Amino acid sequence: MNTSIRSTIITQITRIAERQKKTVAPLTDDLPLLQSGLDSLCFAVLVASLDDLLDLDPFGGDSEAGLPVTLGDFIKLYENAAA
Amino acid sequence: MRRPDRRSLWELTAAGGLSPARSVSDAAGRVSLMDLTEGGTIGPSLEALRGKSVLISCDRQLPAVLALLQLDGVVGRVLLCPPDLDQAHLPAIFAEAQVDAVVSDGTGPAAQPLAGTQFIRLSTELTPTTPTRDRGEETEWLLFTSGTTARPKIVVHTLSTLTGPLDDGLVVSNDAIWSTFYDVRRYGGLQILMRGLLGGGSLVLSQSAEPVTDFLSRVGQAGVTHISGTPSHWRRALMSGASGRMKPRYVRLSGELADQAILNNLAQAFPEANIAHAFASTEAGVAFDVRDGKAGFPATIIGQTGTPVEMRVVDGSLRIRSNRTASRYLGEAGTLADADGFVDTSDMVEQRDDRYYFVGRREGVINVGGQKVHPEEVEAVINQHPGVQIARVRGRHSPITGAIVVADIVVRANGVFDTMAEEILESCRRALPPHKVPAMLREVASLDISQSGKLTRGRA
Repeated sequence: MNTSIRSTIITQITRIAERQKKTVAPLTDDLPLLQSGLDSLCFAVLVASLDDLLDLDPFGGDSEAGLPVTLGDFIKLYENAAA
Repeated sequence: MRRPDRRSLWELTAAGGLSPARSVSDAAGRVSLMDLTEGGTIGPSLEALRGKSVLISCDRQLPAVLALLQLDGVVGRVLLCPPDLDQAHLPAIFAEAQVDAVVSDGTGPAAQPLAGTQFIRLSTELTPTTPTRDRGEETEWLLFTSGTTARPKIVVHTLSTLTGPLDDGLVVSNDAIWSTFYDVRRYGGLQILMRGLLGGGSLVLSQSAEPVTDFLSRVGQAGVTHISGTPSHWRRALMSGASGRMKPRYVRLSGELADQAILNNLAQAFPEANIAHAFASTEAGVAFDVRDGKAGFPATIIGQTGTPVEMRVVDGSLRIRSNRTASRYLGEAGTLADADGFVDTSDMVEQRDDRYYFVGRREGVINVGGQKVHPEEVEAVINQHPGVQIARVRGRHSPITGAIVVADIVVRANGVFDTMAEEILESCRRALPPHKVPAMLREVASLDISQSGKLTRGRA
Protein backbone atom coordinates (compact mmCIF):
# COMPACT_ATOMS: atom_id res chain seq x y z
CA MET A 1 0.00 0.00 0.00
CA ASN A 2 2.69 2.47 1.05
CA THR A 3 4.87 1.84 -1.98
CA SER A 4 1.86 2.49 -4.17
CA ILE A 5 1.15 5.80 -2.43
CA ARG A 6 4.76 6.85 -2.95
CA SER A 7 4.82 5.84 -6.59
CA THR A 8 1.45 7.49 -7.26
CA ILE A 9 2.73 10.76 -5.81
CA ILE A 10 5.98 10.62 -7.81
CA THR A 11 4.12 9.77 -11.03
CA GLN A 12 1.65 12.61 -10.50
CA ILE A 13 4.38 15.16 -9.77
CA THR A 14 6.18 14.18 -12.96
CA ARG A 15 2.97 14.32 -14.99
CA ILE A 16 1.86 17.70 -13.61
CA ALA A 17 5.32 19.21 -14.10
CA GLU A 18 5.30 17.99 -17.70
CA ARG A 19 1.87 19.43 -18.33
CA GLN A 20 2.67 22.79 -16.69
CA LYS A 21 6.03 22.87 -18.51
CA LYS A 22 8.05 22.96 -15.28
CA THR A 23 11.40 21.33 -14.73
CA VAL A 24 11.50 19.37 -11.50
CA ALA A 25 14.53 18.73 -9.33
CA PRO A 26 15.50 15.08 -8.60
CA LEU A 27 12.67 13.79 -6.40
CA THR A 28 14.48 12.76 -3.23
CA ASP A 29 12.86 12.67 0.23
CA ASP A 30 14.89 15.64 1.52
CA LEU A 31 13.94 17.89 -1.42
CA PRO A 32 12.27 21.08 -0.07
CA LEU A 33 8.90 21.29 -1.83
CA LEU A 34 9.27 24.95 -2.71
CA GLN A 35 12.58 24.18 -4.42
CA SER A 36 11.13 21.30 -6.41
CA GLY A 37 10.24 23.52 -9.37
CA LEU A 38 6.50 23.24 -8.71
CA ASP A 39 4.53 26.38 -7.81
CA SER A 40 1.47 26.70 -5.53
CA LEU A 41 -0.86 26.05 -8.45
CA CYS A 42 0.97 22.79 -9.27
CA PHE A 43 0.64 21.69 -5.64
CA ALA A 44 -3.06 22.52 -5.69
CA VAL A 45 -3.47 20.31 -8.78
CA LEU A 46 -1.35 17.56 -7.20
CA VAL A 47 -3.44 17.52 -4.02
CA ALA A 48 -6.69 17.42 -6.04
CA SER A 49 -5.40 14.57 -8.25
CA LEU A 50 -4.30 12.56 -5.22
CA ASP A 51 -7.72 13.11 -3.65
CA ASP A 52 -9.27 11.57 -6.81
CA LEU A 53 -6.75 8.73 -7.20
CA LEU A 54 -6.19 7.71 -3.58
CA ASP A 55 -9.34 9.11 -1.98
CA LEU A 56 -7.07 10.84 0.55
CA ASP A 57 -7.13 14.51 1.55
CA PRO A 58 -4.77 14.91 4.49
CA PHE A 59 -4.96 18.72 4.20
CA GLY A 60 -8.71 18.85 4.54
CA GLY A 61 -10.73 19.37 7.69
CA ASP A 62 -9.29 20.81 10.87
CA SER A 63 -5.88 19.30 10.27
CA GLU A 64 -3.39 19.84 13.08
CA ALA A 65 -0.74 17.99 11.11
CA GLY A 66 1.14 21.07 9.92
CA LEU A 67 2.14 21.75 6.36
CA PRO A 68 4.86 19.60 4.79
CA VAL A 69 8.22 21.19 3.99
CA THR A 70 10.06 18.39 2.18
CA LEU A 71 8.89 15.78 -0.32
CA GLY A 72 9.46 13.14 2.38
CA ASP A 73 7.08 15.04 4.74
CA PHE A 74 4.54 15.24 1.95
CA ILE A 75 4.63 11.49 1.22
CA LYS A 76 4.52 10.68 4.95
CA LEU A 77 1.42 12.86 5.35
CA TYR A 78 -0.40 10.71 2.76
CA GLU A 79 0.96 7.44 4.16
CA ASN A 80 -0.24 8.41 7.65
CA ALA A 81 -3.63 9.44 6.30
CA ALA A 82 -4.01 6.00 4.70
CA ALA A 83 -2.88 4.11 7.79
CA MET B 1 -12.24 69.49 -4.19
CA ARG B 2 -10.74 70.98 -1.01
CA ARG B 3 -10.61 69.23 2.30
CA PRO B 4 -9.90 71.90 4.89
CA ASP B 5 -10.58 69.63 7.84
CA ARG B 6 -8.51 66.69 6.66
CA ARG B 7 -4.84 66.06 6.44
CA SER B 8 -2.92 64.43 3.61
CA LEU B 9 -1.12 61.09 3.70
CA TRP B 10 2.19 62.86 4.29
CA GLU B 11 0.81 65.04 7.08
CA LEU B 12 -0.77 62.04 8.80
CA THR B 13 2.51 60.11 8.42
CA ALA B 14 4.50 62.99 9.88
CA ALA B 15 1.99 63.34 12.73
CA GLY B 16 3.14 59.93 13.98
CA GLY B 17 6.61 61.42 14.54
CA LEU B 18 9.50 61.33 12.09
CA SER B 19 12.24 59.56 14.00
CA PRO B 20 15.25 58.42 11.95
CA ALA B 21 14.27 54.80 12.61
CA ARG B 22 11.04 55.09 10.61
CA SER B 23 11.55 53.75 7.11
CA VAL B 24 10.01 52.09 4.09
CA SER B 25 12.10 49.38 2.45
CA ASP B 26 11.94 46.73 -0.24
CA ALA B 27 14.43 44.18 -1.58
CA ALA B 28 16.42 46.87 -3.40
CA GLY B 29 16.35 49.90 -1.15
CA ARG B 30 15.40 51.70 2.05
CA VAL B 31 14.20 55.26 2.55
CA SER B 32 14.02 56.99 5.91
CA LEU B 33 10.68 58.81 6.16
CA MET B 34 12.40 61.77 7.83
CA ASP B 35 14.37 62.44 4.64
CA LEU B 36 11.11 63.09 2.79
CA THR B 37 10.65 66.31 4.76
CA GLU B 38 12.98 68.13 2.42
CA GLY B 39 13.49 65.61 -0.34
CA GLY B 40 11.42 64.02 -3.07
CA THR B 41 11.54 61.94 -6.23
CA ILE B 42 9.14 64.03 -8.34
CA GLY B 43 11.07 67.30 -8.14
CA PRO B 44 9.79 70.72 -9.21
CA SER B 45 7.14 69.15 -11.49
CA LEU B 46 5.01 68.34 -8.45
CA GLU B 47 3.38 71.78 -8.35
CA ALA B 48 2.47 71.48 -12.05
CA LEU B 49 0.49 68.34 -11.21
CA ARG B 50 -1.86 70.17 -8.83
CA GLY B 51 -5.43 69.02 -9.37
CA LYS B 52 -4.41 66.67 -12.21
CA SER B 53 -5.16 62.98 -12.78
CA VAL B 54 -1.91 61.06 -12.30
CA LEU B 55 -1.06 57.39 -12.88
CA ILE B 56 1.87 55.81 -11.02
CA SER B 57 3.73 53.17 -13.05
CA CYS B 58 6.55 51.27 -11.31
CA ASP B 59 7.45 47.60 -11.03
CA ARG B 60 8.77 48.04 -7.51
CA GLN B 61 6.54 49.17 -4.68
CA LEU B 62 8.97 51.52 -2.90
CA PRO B 63 9.13 54.19 -5.65
CA ALA B 64 5.32 54.01 -5.90
CA VAL B 65 4.91 54.54 -2.14
CA LEU B 66 7.28 57.55 -2.23
CA ALA B 67 5.27 58.99 -5.13
CA LEU B 68 2.02 58.51 -3.18
CA LEU B 69 3.42 60.35 -0.17
CA GLN B 70 4.23 63.31 -2.43
CA LEU B 71 1.08 63.28 -4.58
CA ASP B 72 -1.76 62.87 -2.05
CA GLY B 73 -3.26 66.23 -1.15
CA VAL B 74 -1.79 67.84 -4.27
CA VAL B 75 -3.20 66.00 -7.29
CA GLY B 76 -6.89 65.54 -8.03
CA ARG B 77 -6.66 61.85 -8.70
CA VAL B 78 -4.03 59.18 -8.27
CA LEU B 79 -4.22 55.80 -10.04
CA LEU B 80 -2.46 52.92 -8.33
CA CYS B 81 -1.41 50.85 -11.29
CA PRO B 82 -0.42 47.29 -10.33
CA PRO B 83 2.71 46.02 -12.13
CA ASP B 84 0.85 43.13 -13.78
CA LEU B 85 -1.78 45.30 -15.49
CA ASP B 86 -2.16 44.30 -19.14
CA GLN B 87 -0.76 47.15 -21.29
CA ALA B 88 -3.54 46.55 -23.82
CA HIS B 89 -5.99 48.11 -21.31
CA LEU B 90 -4.00 51.34 -20.95
CA PRO B 91 -5.66 53.46 -23.67
CA ALA B 92 -9.14 52.74 -22.27
CA ILE B 93 -8.00 53.35 -18.69
CA PHE B 94 -6.32 56.63 -19.68
CA ALA B 95 -9.52 57.80 -21.34
CA GLU B 96 -11.83 56.74 -18.54
CA ALA B 97 -9.71 58.18 -15.71
CA GLN B 98 -8.80 61.23 -17.86
CA VAL B 99 -5.13 60.69 -17.05
CA ASP B 100 -3.10 63.89 -17.48
CA ALA B 101 0.27 62.59 -16.40
CA VAL B 102 2.26 59.45 -15.68
CA VAL B 103 4.89 59.38 -12.97
CA SER B 104 7.22 56.43 -13.42
CA ASP B 105 10.70 55.19 -12.61
CA GLY B 106 10.86 53.88 -16.18
CA THR B 107 9.25 50.54 -15.33
CA GLY B 108 5.71 49.21 -14.95
CA PRO B 109 2.87 48.98 -17.46
CA ALA B 110 3.10 52.66 -18.50
CA ALA B 111 6.90 52.93 -18.58
CA GLN B 112 6.95 54.86 -21.86
CA PRO B 113 5.50 58.34 -22.47
CA LEU B 114 2.06 58.11 -24.07
CA ALA B 115 0.89 60.60 -26.67
CA GLY B 116 -1.04 63.50 -25.15
CA THR B 117 0.08 62.71 -21.62
CA GLN B 118 2.76 64.34 -19.53
CA PHE B 119 5.51 61.92 -18.45
CA ILE B 120 7.50 62.56 -15.30
CA ARG B 121 10.49 60.44 -14.54
CA LEU B 122 10.92 59.68 -10.85
CA SER B 123 14.47 60.13 -9.59
CA THR B 124 16.04 57.03 -8.08
CA GLU B 125 17.46 58.97 -5.13
CA LEU B 126 15.73 61.64 -3.06
CA THR B 127 16.61 65.11 -4.35
CA PRO B 128 16.28 68.29 -2.28
CA THR B 129 12.86 69.91 -2.70
CA THR B 130 11.06 72.84 -1.14
CA PRO B 131 8.36 71.29 1.03
CA THR B 132 4.86 71.58 -0.43
CA ARG B 133 2.81 73.72 1.90
CA ASP B 134 -0.59 73.25 0.32
CA ARG B 135 -1.76 69.67 0.66
CA GLY B 136 -5.46 70.45 0.95
CA GLU B 137 -6.69 68.72 -2.20
CA GLU B 138 -9.18 65.89 -1.63
CA THR B 139 -7.28 63.44 -3.83
CA GLU B 140 -9.28 60.54 -5.26
CA TRP B 141 -7.48 57.21 -4.94
CA LEU B 142 -8.28 54.94 -7.88
CA LEU B 143 -7.78 51.21 -7.35
CA PHE B 144 -8.10 48.40 -9.85
CA THR B 145 -10.24 45.35 -9.16
CA SER B 146 -8.75 42.00 -10.06
CA GLY B 147 -9.98 39.36 -12.40
CA THR B 148 -12.85 40.84 -14.36
CA THR B 149 -13.55 39.52 -17.84
CA ALA B 150 -12.46 42.39 -20.04
CA ARG B 151 -10.43 45.02 -18.25
CA PRO B 152 -10.30 45.64 -14.53
CA LYS B 153 -12.88 48.01 -13.09
CA ILE B 154 -11.62 51.15 -11.40
CA VAL B 155 -12.89 51.73 -7.88
CA VAL B 156 -12.89 55.22 -6.38
CA HIS B 157 -11.71 55.69 -2.80
CA THR B 158 -10.41 58.64 -0.81
CA LEU B 159 -7.80 58.73 1.94
CA SER B 160 -10.69 58.95 4.35
CA THR B 161 -12.46 55.77 3.14
CA LEU B 162 -9.12 53.95 3.04
CA THR B 163 -8.13 54.92 6.57
CA GLY B 164 -11.60 54.32 8.07
CA PRO B 165 -10.76 50.75 9.11
CA LEU B 166 -7.77 51.87 11.18
CA ASP B 167 -10.07 52.82 14.01
CA ASP B 168 -10.85 49.20 14.86
CA GLY B 169 -9.39 48.88 18.31
CA LEU B 170 -6.26 47.08 17.12
CA VAL B 171 -3.86 48.89 19.42
CA VAL B 172 -0.41 49.10 17.93
CA SER B 173 2.62 50.75 19.45
CA ASN B 174 4.43 53.14 17.16
CA ASP B 175 7.56 50.99 17.09
CA ALA B 176 5.58 48.52 14.98
CA ILE B 177 7.18 47.29 11.77
CA TRP B 178 4.56 46.24 9.28
CA SER B 179 4.88 43.98 6.30
CA THR B 180 2.62 42.25 3.82
CA PHE B 181 2.89 39.58 1.17
CA TYR B 182 0.46 41.71 -0.88
CA ASP B 183 1.36 44.46 -3.29
CA VAL B 184 0.41 47.69 -1.51
CA ARG B 185 -1.27 48.92 -4.69
CA ARG B 186 -4.03 46.36 -4.07
CA TYR B 187 -6.64 47.06 -1.41
CA GLY B 188 -5.38 44.38 1.00
CA GLY B 189 -1.82 45.68 0.86
CA LEU B 190 -2.88 49.31 0.96
CA GLN B 191 -4.49 48.70 4.35
CA ILE B 192 -1.11 47.62 5.71
CA LEU B 193 0.62 50.62 4.12
CA MET B 194 -1.86 52.92 5.91
CA ARG B 195 -1.38 51.15 9.23
CA GLY B 196 2.39 51.41 8.97
CA LEU B 197 2.47 55.05 7.88
CA LEU B 198 -0.36 56.45 10.01
CA GLY B 199 0.43 54.31 13.03
CA GLY B 200 3.89 55.80 13.36
CA GLY B 201 5.73 52.65 12.32
CA SER B 202 7.86 51.35 9.46
CA LEU B 203 7.16 49.15 6.46
CA VAL B 204 8.86 46.25 4.73
CA LEU B 205 7.52 45.77 1.21
CA SER B 206 7.44 42.55 -0.79
CA GLN B 207 8.76 42.25 -4.31
CA SER B 208 7.21 40.23 -7.10
CA ALA B 209 9.29 37.23 -8.21
CA GLU B 210 11.35 37.34 -5.00
CA PRO B 211 11.65 33.79 -3.59
CA VAL B 212 9.48 33.47 -0.46
CA THR B 213 12.47 32.34 1.61
CA ASP B 214 14.35 35.56 0.71
CA PHE B 215 11.34 37.68 1.62
CA LEU B 216 10.97 35.90 4.96
CA SER B 217 14.67 36.51 5.68
CA ARG B 218 14.25 40.23 5.02
CA VAL B 219 11.14 40.30 7.20
CA GLY B 220 13.03 38.54 9.99
CA GLN B 221 16.11 40.77 9.73
CA ALA B 222 13.98 43.92 9.76
CA GLY B 223 12.26 42.72 12.95
CA VAL B 224 8.76 42.84 11.47
CA THR B 225 6.12 42.79 14.20
CA HIS B 226 2.89 42.84 12.16
CA ILE B 227 2.39 40.99 8.88
CA SER B 228 -0.51 40.16 6.56
CA GLY B 229 -1.24 37.92 3.58
CA THR B 230 -3.84 35.67 2.03
CA PRO B 231 -4.27 32.13 3.38
CA SER B 232 -2.47 31.00 0.19
CA HIS B 233 0.49 33.30 0.95
CA TRP B 234 0.62 31.88 4.46
CA ARG B 235 0.47 28.24 3.34
CA ARG B 236 3.36 28.94 1.01
CA ALA B 237 5.34 30.59 3.82
CA LEU B 238 4.77 27.61 6.10
CA MET B 239 5.68 25.14 3.35
CA SER B 240 8.93 26.99 2.67
CA GLY B 241 10.27 25.84 6.03
CA ALA B 242 11.57 29.40 6.51
CA SER B 243 8.66 30.84 8.52
CA GLY B 244 10.79 30.54 11.66
CA ARG B 245 13.00 33.34 10.36
CA MET B 246 10.44 35.86 11.58
CA LYS B 247 8.82 36.40 14.96
CA PRO B 248 5.70 38.49 14.36
CA ARG B 249 3.46 39.61 17.22
CA TYR B 250 0.49 39.92 14.87
CA VAL B 251 -0.43 37.74 11.91
CA ARG B 252 -3.33 38.77 9.66
CA LEU B 253 -5.13 36.86 6.93
CA SER B 254 -7.46 38.36 4.33
CA GLY B 255 -8.46 38.10 0.69
CA GLU B 256 -9.70 34.51 0.84
CA LEU B 257 -11.65 32.50 3.34
CA ALA B 258 -9.46 31.33 6.20
CA ASP B 259 -10.21 27.70 7.01
CA GLN B 260 -9.64 26.17 10.43
CA ALA B 261 -6.58 24.23 9.21
CA ILE B 262 -4.57 27.32 8.22
CA LEU B 263 -5.57 29.10 11.45
CA ASN B 264 -4.39 26.09 13.47
CA ASN B 265 -1.17 25.80 11.48
CA LEU B 266 -0.35 29.47 12.03
CA ALA B 267 -1.12 29.25 15.74
CA GLN B 268 1.32 26.35 15.92
CA ALA B 269 4.02 28.15 13.92
CA PHE B 270 3.66 31.47 15.80
CA PRO B 271 2.53 30.60 19.33
CA GLU B 272 3.36 34.12 20.56
CA ALA B 273 1.40 35.95 17.88
CA ASN B 274 -2.15 37.24 17.79
CA ILE B 275 -3.78 35.78 14.72
CA ALA B 276 -6.69 37.53 13.05
CA HIS B 277 -8.56 36.96 9.82
CA ALA B 278 -10.24 39.92 8.18
CA PHE B 279 -12.99 40.29 5.63
CA ALA B 280 -12.54 43.06 3.07
CA SER B 281 -13.02 43.80 -0.60
CA THR B 282 -11.79 46.62 -2.81
CA GLU B 283 -15.35 47.88 -3.17
CA ALA B 284 -16.75 47.31 0.31
CA GLY B 285 -13.63 48.06 2.30
CA VAL B 286 -12.72 46.26 5.51
CA ALA B 287 -15.83 44.93 7.23
CA PHE B 288 -14.49 43.15 10.30
CA ASP B 289 -11.73 40.99 11.65
CA VAL B 290 -12.03 37.87 13.73
CA ARG B 291 -9.58 37.36 16.58
CA ASP B 292 -10.77 34.20 18.33
CA GLY B 293 -8.75 31.78 16.19
CA LYS B 294 -11.84 30.14 14.72
CA ALA B 295 -12.99 30.01 11.10
CA GLY B 296 -16.11 31.97 10.17
CA PHE B 297 -17.43 34.88 12.22
CA PRO B 298 -19.86 35.35 15.12
CA ALA B 299 -23.49 35.65 13.97
CA THR B 300 -24.04 38.50 16.43
CA ILE B 301 -22.23 41.00 14.20
CA ILE B 302 -24.92 40.69 11.53
CA GLY B 303 -27.80 43.10 11.92
CA GLN B 304 -26.16 45.42 14.44
CA THR B 305 -27.05 49.06 13.92
CA GLY B 306 -25.28 52.24 14.91
CA THR B 307 -21.88 50.56 14.54
CA PRO B 308 -19.16 51.89 12.18
CA VAL B 309 -19.84 48.93 9.89
CA GLU B 310 -23.34 47.55 9.44
CA MET B 311 -23.89 44.17 7.84
CA ARG B 312 -26.87 42.32 6.43
CA VAL B 313 -27.33 38.97 4.80
CA VAL B 314 -29.68 39.29 1.81
CA ASP B 315 -30.49 36.18 -0.25
CA GLY B 316 -27.48 34.48 1.28
CA SER B 317 -24.91 37.12 0.41
CA LEU B 318 -23.17 39.54 2.73
CA ARG B 319 -23.95 43.26 2.35
CA ILE B 320 -21.95 46.01 4.00
CA ARG B 321 -22.60 49.65 4.78
CA SER B 322 -19.88 51.84 6.27
CA ASN B 323 -17.85 54.97 5.66
CA ARG B 324 -15.06 52.70 4.41
CA THR B 325 -16.75 51.60 1.20
CA ALA B 326 -15.62 53.00 -2.12
CA SER B 327 -17.80 55.79 -3.47
CA ARG B 328 -18.31 54.36 -6.95
CA TYR B 329 -16.91 52.57 -9.97
CA LEU B 330 -15.34 55.04 -12.35
CA GLY B 331 -17.49 55.51 -15.43
CA GLU B 332 -20.60 53.93 -13.93
CA ALA B 333 -22.86 56.01 -11.74
CA GLY B 334 -24.28 54.69 -8.50
CA THR B 335 -23.98 50.98 -9.12
CA LEU B 336 -21.90 50.16 -6.05
CA ALA B 337 -24.44 50.38 -3.26
CA ASP B 338 -28.11 49.39 -3.01
CA ALA B 339 -30.90 51.86 -2.17
CA ASP B 340 -30.03 51.67 1.54
CA GLY B 341 -26.33 52.33 0.91
CA PHE B 342 -25.25 48.71 1.37
CA VAL B 343 -22.60 47.20 -0.93
CA ASP B 344 -23.32 43.63 -2.01
CA THR B 345 -20.08 41.66 -1.68
CA SER B 346 -21.40 38.67 -3.70
CA ASP B 347 -19.79 36.51 -1.02
CA MET B 348 -22.25 33.85 0.09
CA VAL B 349 -22.52 32.95 3.77
CA GLU B 350 -24.29 30.22 5.70
CA GLN B 351 -25.17 30.19 9.39
CA ARG B 352 -24.27 27.11 11.44
CA ASP B 353 -25.08 27.42 15.13
CA ASP B 354 -23.82 30.77 16.37
CA ARG B 355 -21.41 31.48 13.51
CA TYR B 356 -21.54 32.38 9.85
CA TYR B 357 -19.21 30.68 7.35
CA PHE B 358 -18.28 31.78 3.85
CA VAL B 359 -19.37 29.20 1.30
CA GLY B 360 -18.25 30.75 -2.01
CA ARG B 361 -19.09 33.46 -4.48
CA ARG B 362 -22.36 34.15 -6.21
CA GLU B 363 -22.41 33.47 -9.94
CA GLY B 364 -19.59 30.99 -9.63
CA VAL B 365 -16.69 33.45 -9.47
CA ILE B 366 -13.68 31.39 -8.42
CA ASN B 367 -11.06 32.69 -5.97
CA VAL B 368 -7.68 31.09 -6.76
CA GLY B 369 -5.20 32.21 -4.13
CA GLY B 370 -6.89 35.62 -3.84
CA GLN B 371 -7.25 36.17 -7.59
CA LYS B 372 -10.75 36.08 -9.01
CA VAL B 373 -11.62 34.01 -12.06
CA HIS B 374 -14.87 34.44 -13.96
CA PRO B 375 -15.93 31.06 -15.37
CA GLU B 376 -17.29 32.67 -18.54
CA GLU B 377 -13.90 33.94 -19.71
CA VAL B 378 -12.40 30.45 -19.43
CA GLU B 379 -15.44 28.83 -21.05
CA ALA B 380 -15.15 31.25 -23.97
CA VAL B 381 -11.64 29.94 -24.70
CA ILE B 382 -12.58 26.27 -24.33
CA ASN B 383 -15.71 26.64 -26.47
CA GLN B 384 -13.57 27.76 -29.39
CA HIS B 385 -12.28 24.21 -29.83
CA PRO B 386 -14.19 22.61 -32.73
CA GLY B 387 -14.70 19.36 -30.82
CA VAL B 388 -16.36 21.05 -27.83
CA GLN B 389 -20.13 21.24 -27.72
CA ILE B 390 -20.32 23.12 -24.43
CA ALA B 391 -18.09 23.65 -21.43
CA ARG B 392 -18.80 24.63 -17.85
CA VAL B 393 -16.01 25.97 -15.69
CA ARG B 394 -16.27 25.78 -11.93
CA GLY B 395 -14.16 25.98 -8.82
CA ARG B 396 -13.00 22.97 -6.90
CA HIS B 397 -12.01 23.42 -3.27
CA SER B 398 -8.26 23.29 -2.71
CA PRO B 399 -6.51 23.24 0.65
CA ILE B 400 -3.50 24.88 -1.04
CA THR B 401 -4.90 27.79 -3.08
CA GLY B 402 -8.47 27.93 -1.74
CA ALA B 403 -9.82 26.80 -5.09
CA ILE B 404 -8.63 25.57 -8.47
CA VAL B 405 -10.31 25.93 -11.84
CA VAL B 406 -11.80 22.77 -13.34
CA ALA B 407 -13.79 22.34 -16.57
CA ASP B 408 -16.61 19.93 -17.43
CA ILE B 409 -16.79 19.40 -21.16
CA VAL B 410 -19.46 17.93 -23.42
CA VAL B 411 -17.76 16.60 -26.55
CA ARG B 412 -19.33 16.76 -30.02
CA ALA B 413 -20.13 13.45 -31.79
CA ASN B 414 -16.98 13.72 -33.92
CA GLY B 415 -14.68 14.65 -31.02
CA VAL B 416 -12.34 12.39 -29.06
CA PHE B 417 -11.84 13.81 -25.57
CA ASP B 418 -8.42 12.31 -24.92
CA THR B 419 -6.84 13.86 -27.99
CA MET B 420 -8.68 17.18 -27.47
CA ALA B 421 -7.69 17.70 -23.85
CA GLU B 422 -4.11 18.75 -24.54
CA GLU B 423 -5.16 21.06 -27.40
CA ILE B 424 -7.73 22.76 -25.16
CA LEU B 425 -5.21 23.26 -22.39
CA GLU B 426 -2.67 24.62 -24.85
CA SER B 427 -5.12 27.22 -26.14
CA CYS B 428 -6.02 28.16 -22.55
CA ARG B 429 -2.33 28.60 -21.69
CA ARG B 430 -1.91 30.89 -24.68
CA ALA B 431 -4.97 33.01 -23.92
CA LEU B 432 -5.10 33.12 -20.11
CA PRO B 433 -2.81 33.77 -17.13
CA PRO B 434 -1.74 30.56 -15.31
CA HIS B 435 -4.27 30.75 -12.44
CA LYS B 436 -7.15 30.81 -14.95
CA VAL B 437 -6.02 27.74 -16.92
CA PRO B 438 -8.14 24.74 -15.86
CA ALA B 439 -6.18 22.43 -13.60
CA MET B 440 -8.39 19.54 -14.63
CA LEU B 441 -10.64 18.73 -17.57
CA ARG B 442 -13.44 16.22 -17.24
CA GLU B 443 -15.63 14.75 -19.94
CA VAL B 444 -19.33 14.77 -19.09
CA ALA B 445 -22.36 13.50 -21.07
CA SER B 446 -24.42 16.67 -20.57
CA LEU B 447 -24.67 19.89 -18.57
CA ASP B 448 -27.74 21.27 -16.85
CA ILE B 449 -29.31 24.30 -18.45
CA SER B 450 -31.68 26.37 -16.32
CA GLN B 451 -35.10 27.57 -17.48
CA SER B 452 -33.63 30.94 -18.34
CA GLY B 453 -31.35 29.14 -20.78
CA LYS B 454 -28.21 29.60 -18.71
CA LEU B 455 -25.76 27.00 -17.52
CA THR B 456 -26.54 25.95 -14.00
CA ARG B 457 -23.70 27.07 -11.80
CA GLY B 458 -22.96 25.73 -8.38
CA ARG B 459 -21.05 27.80 -5.89
CA ALA B 460 -17.32 28.00 -6.29
